[in-house]
Amino acid sequence: MIRYIIRRLLWAVVLFIAVTLVTFVIFYLIPVDPARLAAGKAATPADVKRVAHQLYLDQPIWKQYLHFLDQLVLHGNLGYSYANRQSVNDVIRSAAPITASLVIGAAILWMLIAIPIGVLSALRPRSALDRFSMVFVLAGISVHPVWLALIGSYFLGYIPTTGHFLFFNFPAFTLLPIQGYCSFTGAAPGETCGGPVDWFYHLLLPWSVFAFLYAAFYVRLVRSQVMEVQNEDYVRTARAKGAPERRVLTQHVLRNAMLPVVTAFGMDVALALGGAVLLESVYSLPGLGYVAIKSLSQFDYPITLGVVVFASVVVIIFNLIVDLLYAWIDPRIRLG
Amino acid sequence: MALLDVKDLKTSFKTDDGIVQAVDGISFSVEKGETLAIVGESGCGKSVTCMSIMGLLPRQNTVHSGQAVLSGRDLLAMSSDDLRQVRGTDVAMIFQDPMTSLNPVHTIGRQLREAIEVHENVSKQRANSRALEMLRAVGIPRAETRLDDYPHQFSGGMRQRVMIAMSLINNPDLLIADEPTTALDVTTQAQILRLIKSLQNDFGSAVIMVTHDLGVVAEVADKVLVMYAGKVAEQGDVDEIFFHPNHPYTWGLLNSLPRLVVHGGELRPIPGTPPSLLHPPPGCRFHLRCPHRMDVCSVEVPPLEPLSTNPGHHVACHLTEEFRRQKADELAASMLAQTS
Repeated sequence: MIRYIIRRLLWAVVLFIAVTLVTFVIFYLIPVDPARLAAGKAATPADVKRVAHQLYLDQPIWKQYLHFLDQLVLHGNLGYSYANRQSVNDVIRSAAPITASLVIGAAILWMLIAIPIGVLSALRPRSALDRFSMVFVLAGISVHPVWLALIGSYFLGYIPTTGHFLFFNFPAFTLLPIQGYCSFTGAAPGETCGGPVDWFYHLLLPWSVFAFLYAAFYVRLVRSQVMEVQNEDYVRTARAKGAPERRVLTQHVLRNAMLPVVTAFGMDVALALGGAVLLESVYSLPGLGYVAIKSLSQFDYPITLGVVVFASVVVIIFNLIVDLLYAWIDPRIRLG
Repeated sequence: MALLDVKDLKTSFKTDDGIVQAVDGISFSVEKGETLAIVGESGCGKSVTCMSIMGLLPRQNTVHSGQAVLSGRDLLAMSSDDLRQVRGTDVAMIFQDPMTSLNPVHTIGRQLREAIEVHENVSKQRANSRALEMLRAVGIPRAETRLDDYPHQFSGGMRQRVMIAMSLINNPDLLIADEPTTALDVTTQAQILRLIKSLQNDFGSAVIMVTHDLGVVAEVADKVLVMYAGKVAEQGDVDEIFFHPNHPYTWGLLNSLPRLVVHGGELRPIPGTPPSLLHPPPGCRFHLRCPHRMDVCSVEVPPLEPLSTNPGHHVACHLTEEFRRQKADELAASMLAQTS
């Protein structure tokens, strides 16, 4: 087991280098001069040259990469934004919790929806509930996230700053502000909202949309897994022993049916944490995805690279955790 | 009073293509401590009979009629709660494929304990010690360490032993074994059969052994029930069935046993295949494959009647008793001739 972990960690390092290297090279290949961007509109060629030297941009690509790795690994420093010299670490530090709030909240919501519906549909195939949930699934996997997010905003949204509704003039819908993020820990000076309650309300609509999309997929997965496991011989054995149906369901059916669901869940959360770009854009939540897109359009490489690095590390770590978790819950898997 | 008394059991399944009459009027009884073997081809309704008795068929599409009276209580008329109490305590079942009959993510110990815990409120230690006792009784070496092992760490034969341990742990009056050795190799088969026999003696349980292997029947059975296409062809004591078989199907089964002949031995299968239970043939269900069929066989279903020479031996066939006795003697003679 220890050997397995060590091997996986070494492999993770290789992956990390590969990802960052590829990202670095792609940026290098884009024909834009960041030094000029960083120097500003009023810069003279001498200024640009000086900025280029400061930012290591006049070094060969491999030297730049090594410098970057050195900064990252030895100093934990992801660099500084070309646009405003802001520390990338700080940018990520403020963006990551937003993405995390969005993804983790949505993940809990989608599992709370998907598991009961999936299980009930599987236990009562072809019933009204089953048919309804299959329609729900079809909608969820067909709908485009941006469209759904916009529709959600349009019909249910409320503009906190003006107090106006976009569509329904219905007081209860003050619950669902159409955009903006409120910090959980309270409003910073200059922000209009803060605290857990505001945080919750501002995330309700994004959570619902996000969860709708993923819940659909998971309902289908849970349903098919439960239907398959229900027919296994060991479930029949459990009934033959005289176990009550509830015990058969939880200890035998679900315990086995959930194994692939757990792995899928781990991976989906990991990938989403890397940047739930679409929803963050629609709802103006300045999370990692939003930040990455913005920095890309401004050719602000350090930030983009920083987000890529951070997201890769998250995915790699989650990958490892999911593998270990799977080995723990399924005794047939022996690592080593 | 017999331990188990099955009267006119009928089980059918509603399918998209129609109603499948899997079991069509079976009656038999099992006494305390006795072994009944149910023999027949694949698809003849042997397993469905057992599953019907245990109430393990899915409720949605299954229709039962008839009675299955265990120690005075009709299992088919019980509520599911009552039936659940009976399962695992008064009647237990082991299945054909040991490789898939155990939950892969629970330890053996846990699954054995579960067999007790779902019926009684016992402490984990008590349950554990009984589980250990049973594992030793079925011949699992180093049983104490094995309790914490998972099913995939056992071989097929070992898993079947665990299944037997699990089924006998509550000392049931009746054990139903649905082809318990079919998925095992021959030597393991012999061991398992011997184990079942000895445990039967120790615990005093009756056994219903479902099998398609006449060799198994000869080894373990006291009584035999020969099934064909959901109906009883013949039933009686094991000696009667083997030495005085009275149904063309039984003759076919006995004939089809491979003989140990030095040169040029032929296999003599029964021609044709079992009929569809969706649209069973009229009259006797065996008539299309029967070498002795008469006109009446395709019209009238032969009633199950006792032989005049032996009222415990029942046969469902239109052929005269004399003719059948003659055929039985011929068959016995030819089988004995081969072996000498």
